[in-house]
Amino acid sequence: MHEMSLCEGVLTVLEDSAKTQGFKKVKKVWLEIGVLSGVEHEAMLFSYDVVVKGSVADGSTLEIIELPAQAWCMQCMNEVEVTGRGEPCPSCDSYQLQISSGDELRIKELEVE
Amino acid sequence: MCTVCGCSEGETTIEGEAHSHSHDHAHSHEEHEHHHHDDKTHDYGQGPAHAHAPGLSQSRMVQIEQDILGKNNAYANANRNYFAEHGILALNLVSSPGSGKTTLLTKSLIDLKNDLALSVIEGDQQTANDADRIRETGVKALQINTGKGCHLDAHMVGHAMEPLAPEDKSVLFIENVGNLVCPAAFDLGEAHKVAILSVTEGEDKPLKYPDMFFAADLMILNKIDLLPYLNFDVEKCMSYARRVNPGIKIIQVSATTGEGMDTWYQWIKATHQLATIGYQPKLEDVAKAA
Repeated sequence: MHEMSLCEGVLTVLEDSAKTQGFKKVKKVWLEIGVLSGVEHEAMLFSYDVVVKGSVADGSTLEIIELPAQAWCMQCMNEVEVTGRGEPCPSCDSYQLQISSGDELRIKELEVE
Repeated sequence: MCTVCGCSEGETTIEGEAHSHSHDHAHSHEEHEHHHHDDKTHDYGQGPAHAHAPGLSQSRMVQIEQDILGKNNAYANANRNYFAEHGILALNLVSSPGSGKTTLLTKSLIDLKNDLALSVIEGDQQTANDADRIRETGVKALQINTGKGCHLDAHMVGHAMEPLAPEDKSVLFIENVGNLVCPAAFDLGEAHKVAILSVTEGEDKPLKYPDMFFAADLMILNKIDLLPYLNFDVEKCMSYARRVNPGIKIIQVSATTGEGMDTWYQWIKATHQLATIGYQPKLEDVAKAA
């Protein structure tokens, strides 16, 4: 359940931004989460509601944008898309993959007022 | 929650002491009401994004593009700089509960303490039992209790540096909370994550918990003295680990019988040498010693 800590991280960023950007209320938050980031979306949504209670983001909605993962296949000598760690190259079944993206955990943008 | 670092204040204790900060950082920002027009803020006046609906909604879009783990990563970088400055090799030991992590560690400390300066950070939800076990070996140890937390974070480790005071050119073992999921995401500033898996667990654990085995540079397969009594396929387990992480190194050991432990010590010593390359003692420390 590290989603709880991640949500606390999100809230910290929101509270900091509220001060620096001068807004009073967060209405919606868009997160970009890579498929390899090890984050359970349901747990994230659940934790978010709990964590933001009573804060600048109380009652706001969380929107999760899932980002795909790219890897370099050493056999194909090609960039391929993978859906999980420990899964083979979709075109040649090799496990010799160098994963280049998919572990993103980023707050993309906010709707505020 | 501590708003400086995101840690759950009140839950985390270091050696039984509540972990606290003085929250006196002065925020001298005035309450700015004006609208920003820098490259971080896209202010469209009224309505979300481009939707212009004067008088109906005051909401606007703010692009932040910030890493959720940014704060932890900043603390981890600070720790990493500290370790580099002091020539300290920090190893983050991760495993599920019951893999024999503490037994492996105490055995390693006893065998290595005459060759290397050592210290230990123990992470557990509760009790100081493990740190007590470590101290019995004569090596200094500090217990961090995470309370409800499921992992150590870089900030807790940073705070442990002062009371623990690891020597320059030493090896610091950080025994993380027994958990194969969450500690994978939290960089502590360590040089390497070392994943410990015992043969009494399933051989497919690297596939079940791929994030951890991907994050680790070394996998220690522990309790191999029990192999005759189990249906554990070592080859299969190693191939699963390499599926997830083609570059992972694997050492088979039994902390109880001592089998394979020398290979583990060689790995520590070689890695320790790498960590101390470029280390220069601080001038004032040299002056003190003279």
